[in-house]
Amino acid sequence: MNNDKVIQVESLTKMFGDFIAVNDITFDVNKGEIFGFLGANGAGKTTAMKMLIGISKPTFGKAHVAGFDVFTDAENIKKNIGYMSQKFALYDDLTVKENITFFGGIYGLSRKRIKEKANTLIEELGLGNVANQLVGSLPLGWKQKLSFSVSLIHDPKIVFLDEPTGGVDPITRRQFWELIYKAANQGTTIFVTTHYMDEAEYCDRVSIMVNGKIEALDTPKKLKEQFKAANMNDVFLKLARG
Amino acid sequence: MKRFKGFIKKEFYHIFRDKRSLFILFGMPIAQILLFGFAITNEINNVDIAILDHSKDATTNEIINKIAASEYFSIKQMVTREADIASVFQKGQVKAVLNFEKDFSKNLIKDHKATIQIITDATDPNTANTISNYVSAILQQYQKELNKDITIAYQIVPATRMVYNPELKSVYMFVPGVMTIILMLVSAMMTSISITREKELGTMEILLVSPLKPFQVIIGKVFPYIFLSIINAIVIVMLSIFIFNMPVQGSLVLLALESILFIISALALGILISTISATQQTAMMISLMGLMLPVILLSGFIFPISSMPFPLQIISNIIPAKWFIIIIKGIMLKGVGLEYIWKETLILMGMTVFFIALSVKKYKIRLE
Ligand SMILES: Nc1ncnc2c1ncn2[C@@H]1O[C@H](COP(=O)(O)OP(=O)(O)OP(=O)(O)O)[C@@H](O)[C@H]1O
Ligand SMILES: [Mg+2]
Repeated sequence: MNNDKVIQVESLTKMFGDFIAVNDITFDVNKGEIFGFLGANGAGKTTAMKMLIGISKPTFGKAHVAGFDVFTDAENIKKNIGYMSQKFALYDDLTVKENITFFGGIYGLSRKRIKEKANTLIEELGLGNVANQLVGSLPLGWKQKLSFSVSLIHDPKIVFLDEPTGGVDPITRRQFWELIYKAANQGTTIFVTTHYMDEAEYCDRVSIMVNGKIEALDTPKKLKEQFKAANMNDVFLKLARG
Repeated sequence: MKRFKGFIKKEFYHIFRDKRSLFILFGMPIAQILLFGFAITNEINNVDIAILDHSKDATTNEIINKIAASEYFSIKQMVTREADIASVFQKGQVKAVLNFEKDFSKNLIKDHKATIQIITDATDPNTANTISNYVSAILQQYQKELNKDITIAYQIVPATRMVYNPELKSVYMFVPGVMTIILMLVSAMMTSISITREKELGTMEILLVSPLKPFQVIIGKVFPYIFLSIINAIVIVMLSIFIFNMPVQGSLVLLALESILFIISALALGILISTISATQQTAMMISLMGLMLPVILLSGFIFPISSMPFPLQIISNIIPAKWFIIIIKGIMLKGVGLEYIWKETLILMGMTVFFIALSVKKYKIRLE
């Protein structure tokens, strides 16, 4: 096994009855990379991600995440990854601090460590004034950033982000990507799905999924050359039109 | 263990910050018990009664004076013949007739024992019950005075007889039913809603991606409700003892153990419901339709099982609440021990094991 490849996927397939949601996909993700996982609505991004994080059993194929087999070793995978789901998923009826404490707790962090983490995290995100407010009262953009930071609370090797910037304004999206860069600089591998093609430009490599299949995979620069396109949006349109 | 503690703490935040949960948890049990209780047992005050005195001696006179002097009763008429009792009741003039036996004083001195029959109109079962309790209390007081300085105690024996509704459905009968409903509500409905809520909000996914094992998640979600159900059961029993003077005849320990068994079976049902519902609304509807309605209609709580159509009698057997009500009625009202209710207990245990097994199996499938 290659230690630089933190995700290795081979012929991974997921069927719901007769419907093939993820169709025979094969790719690797390198350590420390920001890997963009693109595709239109219903392309199969979330389904593929759920197989990689161990909450959905693949129908066929092979996949290793952080060196562990998704079929046999999901428990070990869970210790090494962070996950931010497509749905906003912190507790609205808990305060910012309580959310951090709770998630730190279920990842088995010591009380002292949780306190440190909470303090740095609240400071970095500029949430000092609202630390004791219910999360439900915060604007969506703040929630998303908090949610991202919470998914990193146990310093995972890889973090899976499912449309983390869905529905927020461009400025917040930029701030969000700064957080992503920061995590990547600290050596965390980022696996991120998005609808926004400008965000694809920020990734080291992107794959583009169409109807359950990966139709293209390379650096944004090479993809633009390959499809003779000015930007990623054109690449995407050309692929989607077939 | 530390993880578990954090999880429980979070569950309590959810519960204590949600007005609806708080109401169901704490408002409902108290409201229901009080409602059922007071709707039926209002304090009695100046209730009209009649007296049939076969002895007309010093003792009966004294007792009658004591009763007349109490604020609870007013003596409306004196009946002279046994045969008139029925017509007095039929006319609805009095709620009770006190019937002193012949040679009351003589019996008391000779045999140290004399009997008064308290005949009550039990169409209003609670008042009937209260009346006979109050009369008995007055008699007991009088007896105590009589016995102050003698060696062989005199005994005045009240014999209670109900007319019209000898089975006496009363608040005592409602307490077991209300307790069953509340435990079902808190354990099954609240748990199913709280688990489904996490599914609906997407936080369940986050929990399942964490190193917590699925069963740890479920235990963590269920534990606060076990705790709160037990508190509820205690509150209900306390209310019935201290507000409605309903004695618990049997063993409190046995009552507690049986209640825990029922709570666990209800929790398993709650988990089962959460595995088949995607939203809190669905969970609530299934709980109400699938659990609460049968408990109210088919468990024998309100409608006696013996008077149901035969098919419904058969169906009532698969309702855990039916068995639990039999068990706690036995313990609370009749004071029976396990030797009389082991069969029902075994049935309830079997159901509990079955529900747990089923919910574990279903829950696993959901995670695929
Ligand atoms: N549990 C399921 N049962 C049946 N079909 C499913 C299930 N989950 C997803 N699908 C279908 O699989 C396809 C891929 O869904 P998926 O959620 O992976 O898409 P996606 O790329 O994440 O889309 P989006 O951008 O909207 O999030 C869709 O057509 C969806 O309807
Ligand atoms: Mg998706």
